[in-house]
Amino acid sequence: MTVDVSKTDGPGATPPAGAEAIKAIPVRHPGRYVSAAVALALLGAVVYAFAQGKINWGAIPEYFFDGRILDGVWNTLLLTVLSMVIGIAGGILLAVMRLSKNPVTSSIAWFYIWFFRGTPVLVQLFVWFNLGLVFEYINLGPVYKDYWSSFMTPLLTALLGLGLNEAAYMAEICRAGLLSVDEGQTEASHALGMSHTKTLRRIVVPQAMRVIVPPTGNEVINMLKTTSLVSAVQFAELFQQAKDIGQNSGSPVEMYFLAAAWYLIMTSILSIGQYYIERHYARGSLRSLPPTPMQRLKSAVLPTRRAKGVTA
Amino acid sequence: MTQSSPAMVKAEGVHKSFGQVEVLKGIDLEVQSGEVFCLIGPSGSGKSTFLRCINHLEKINAGRLYVDGELVGYRQKGDKLYELKDSEVALKRRDIGMVFQRFNLFPHMTAVENIMEAPVQVKGVSKAAARERAMQLLERVGLGDKAGNYPSQLSGGQQQRVAIARALAMDPKLMLFDEPTSALDPELVGDVLDVMRDLAESGMTMIVVTHEMGFAREVGDSLVFMDGGVVVESGHPREVLTDPQHERTKSFLSKVL
Repeated sequence: MTVDVSKTDGPGATPPAGAEAIKAIPVRHPGRYVSAAVALALLGAVVYAFAQGKINWGAIPEYFFDGRILDGVWNTLLLTVLSMVIGIAGGILLAVMRLSKNPVTSSIAWFYIWFFRGTPVLVQLFVWFNLGLVFEYINLGPVYKDYWSSFMTPLLTALLGLGLNEAAYMAEICRAGLLSVDEGQTEASHALGMSHTKTLRRIVVPQAMRVIVPPTGNEVINMLKTTSLVSAVQFAELFQQAKDIGQNSGSPVEMYFLAAAWYLIMTSILSIGQYYIERHYARGSLRSLPPTPMQRLKSAVLPTRRAKGVTA
Repeated sequence: MTQSSPAMVKAEGVHKSFGQVEVLKGIDLEVQSGEVFCLIGPSGSGKSTFLRCINHLEKINAGRLYVDGELVGYRQKGDKLYELKDSEVALKRRDIGMVFQRFNLFPHMTAVENIMEAPVQVKGVSKAAARERAMQLLERVGLGDKAGNYPSQLSGGQQQRVAIARALAMDPKLMLFDEPTSALDPELVGDVLDVMRDLAESGMTMIVVTHEMGFAREVGDSLVFMDGGVVVESGHPREVLTDPQHERTKSFLSKVL
């Protein structure tokens, strides 16, 4: 028996000698053909409708790399990154505060999350923008003093609005991650004489990351799209720029499609990045990491020992 | 085993409660330096809890617990007790190695990194020196070829031996074993017990909570039978195991032997 096993290479190879190979007629699935045909027909109808619509498709490539659009793309990315930095830093802080034994800090964190998660981010943006009614001046003593309205630039409003809102969501994600790490890990670390801080930094957080990273990736992608709301406070990000061009050139709908295409490109790139970051933090949790798409491509294209075995 | 030197661990009327439940109801015992001290008893008898009190993973509610002549978790000034700061507790834990039933290796680090972690992070040993020491320890527990493996790539018995090496890397003066073989397949138990036997022969003071009566009989210097949060019977392992005096000990041993 072992003689034959060493020659076979997974399923589909020749069966062991002595037993007759099964040659059965597979079950037919006519329903699958029907559903595929219906789906294709519907897709075709949608594409046809768009192609026939009164949309000047030629305007899209014309403006695709327009300087204003590229500025908008840059501002969108900048806003996404900075808001996420604020969100993640604030989220970690809030998560640690919520898990703290001090009832005051944990209540404050609870209240923050309750407030920022419970109100729409668009409303929060307008509130930040118009807080001049409450604080007429911003006064940091000798360092800085100015009217609220001139201090609150569109960028700062956007950053505060998006970042502080994001911190509330990230706090819950981080808290779930920290709680997911087995208590035995903390005990083992303490038993070795490691301090609370070192235990958190060296043992708990790296393991929590495996739980934290996937939803954080979703948050980044969400954030990238949510930045379009910021056009409401006059910040020149992608959607705002596309709207401006649309109004001036008389092709507003086309510019919405253009913006959508740019958002898709950026979210796709972020998804690829997320895949590799998740892979990094999965180390140790799987016996062997699955190959990356690039590695799979390489092994499929380049002749390797495994490929030779399959073709033989 | 010199009787003149102070006890490595001394418990005087140790009480511990979790909420309303009193788990330890006054434990008195002494563990001498260099001794292999075995704790046996049914589950829920408080033996693991007592072990965890020794390195202050649990706080005791009453009584006194000394390790190497020093009070665990507190400082006594006059007749007042002061709680130790976290950093002071951590300092004392350096000298007490602990091996857990569920291994508790750090899954995101390789075997050798698990062993290097505490010496590098706590004692400030250089990475090169810590790695060299870690490799020696891995050799000692028979896993020199597994240095680069993650815990998930090791069998339970191999993980537990890495965990022992990790505790030894801090050069402890006392080792605590909390049912180190209870989570292992029967055929893997032997390897772990061999490492522990080897450690006992090198003169390490060990407190072992175990269900391995064979190990207790062969390697143990003292044995305590606990039930319901109190010490029921203690003595030399061979005497207690072969000729128990109390009814409770007799009925427990008749079930496990």
